[in-house]
Amino acid sequence: MSIRAKIITYIILSILSIIMLLPLGWMIDSSFKGMDEIFHYPPTIVPAKPILSNYTDLFKQFPFGRNLFNSAYIAITYTLLAIFFCSLGGFSFAKYEFPGKEILFSILLGSMLIPFEVTMVPLYVMFRRIGWIDSHLGLVIPGVANAFGIFFMRQYAATIPNDLLDSARIDGCSEFRIFLQIIIPIIRPAMASLGIIFFMSSWNNFLWPLIVLKSPQMLTAPVALRSLQGALFTPYNLIMAGSVLTTLPLLVIFLILQRQFISGIVSGALKM
Amino acid sequence: MTQNSINHFFKKYGAPYLFISPFYILFAVFMVYPVINSLYLSFHQWNGSTERIYVGWENYINLIHDGVFIQSLINCVIIFFEYVPIMTFFAVVLAYILNMGKLKLQSFFRTSIFIPYITPVIAVGFVFSLLLDRDYGLVNLLLGYLGIKPVEWLLTPTLARIAISVLVTWRWLGYNMIIMLAGLQSIPLELYDAAKVDGASGTQSFFRITLPLMRPIILFATVLSTIGTFSLFTEPLILTQGGGPMYSTLTPVLYLYSNAFQYLKFGYSSSIAYVYFIILFILTRFEWRYFGSQAV
Repeated sequence: MSIRAKIITYIILSILSIIMLLPLGWMIDSSFKGMDEIFHYPPTIVPAKPILSNYTDLFKQFPFGRNLFNSAYIAITYTLLAIFFCSLGGFSFAKYEFPGKEILFSILLGSMLIPFEVTMVPLYVMFRRIGWIDSHLGLVIPGVANAFGIFFMRQYAATIPNDLLDSARIDGCSEFRIFLQIIIPIIRPAMASLGIIFFMSSWNNFLWPLIVLKSPQMLTAPVALRSLQGALFTPYNLIMAGSVLTTLPLLVIFLILQRQFISGIVSGALKM
Repeated sequence: MTQNSINHFFKKYGAPYLFISPFYILFAVFMVYPVINSLYLSFHQWNGSTERIYVGWENYINLIHDGVFIQSLINCVIIFFEYVPIMTFFAVVLAYILNMGKLKLQSFFRTSIFIPYITPVIAVGFVFSLLLDRDYGLVNLLLGYLGIKPVEWLLTPTLARIAISVLVTWRWLGYNMIIMLAGLQSIPLELYDAAKVDGASGTQSFFRITLPLMRPIILFATVLSTIGTFSLFTEPLILTQGGGPMYSTLTPVLYLYSNAFQYLKFGYSSSIAYVYFIILFILTRFEWRYFGSQAV
């Protein structure tokens, strides 16, 4: 690359990075402004009167602490269970021969074509009957053994040599112990990648929790933010503070585990 | 089968069946049953509490004459063409630039382009509605410096759709770039070296080597974008207050949601769900077929 081309590339990439980070910056910025300053002309880049009351009001006037906690424990529970069941299923498809395997696997792949939206209304009716409305069970249980995860883990488990399993069997290991003690340590990197994807999708999940959850204390953070939006008045100052708090955990996790996250996304996409 | 051979069968295959069983149990209960039930409901009129009334094809007939539903499909087509070609193109170009690997700050650029993808949509929706506010938004302020009068982004149909397109591009560019980057890295470097020896310029090898070999992955990204566009929900719900102005940003899922959970038309919304499913299925099939099988 010539020097000029290089400089142009840097300028373009820098402008692009600013554009990409600007909404996040604006979110943080606005979370320290009062309503009057958010709706003030011209907009202030640095808050003229920075305040912390948006954050404190959010916790005082609304059960937002509880909402964040709900999001966290739902995402963690879901992630742990889903990693377990998906690894188990993926391992089974990769390392065993059994009658009907091909057909069962085609069904699994085919299930990925069904959009969730088609099942929404009947699921709601079902949940109403079994008492899962306004409960967190319905956000965790249905997806804990999902097709994508099983497909994903199968790719990794397939690389494990059969000799390893056979020698464990000779030593008298049960199949489940083989999974726990031999397979899991090997597929741990893949589990981490999948885990971050699961955590993020659960944390960001919005449509289904919006339908299922009703009472303020049961809401997850995204749904709680939505509930602040009113027909006549929307407290954008509080919403911005809440948005920062809802984004922060994901941002921290992403920055720490960026490598695993990106490799998870990439292998999920390339192997499809 | 004798008792003995059944025992033998389970001893031999019991473990693998047991290990995959959670998926099939959940699949049957939370997917197969609802999908069938949804079909059944789509032939009924039901508000969720009183008696179901069988209405035959009425819901479907009403649906294809429902201008609002048609509008929601048209919106998705417009939004798709507004952002997918541009976003995909930029994703490939950015991946190409970042793949050359001689830039300082490379990982900073990559991370900052990717970060929008991990930001919760709900938060993005609210920030964008502040940024795009007619009187107090940053975007109009910046446009003002260029001498452009304040624009009513979210209350003008065409501009509101563009606002949705911009938001989606902003959020998904990094994801697409990462996928393209992985695709690029799977292209053998020798090909570029050979092209260089033959005297090909950088631009030439981009169009002659990179793009053709990237075709499957571009196709994959396009299929994902198609599904993503037709299932837009949170973005218009927050940014344009549920599909406004004048239904210009209404999407099928938003329409399904409001019919089911605001107007309690469970039968009608089930027919929306089915038509949506079929359209999406045909579209993605068509993309795979038509663009996937052509010779490179």
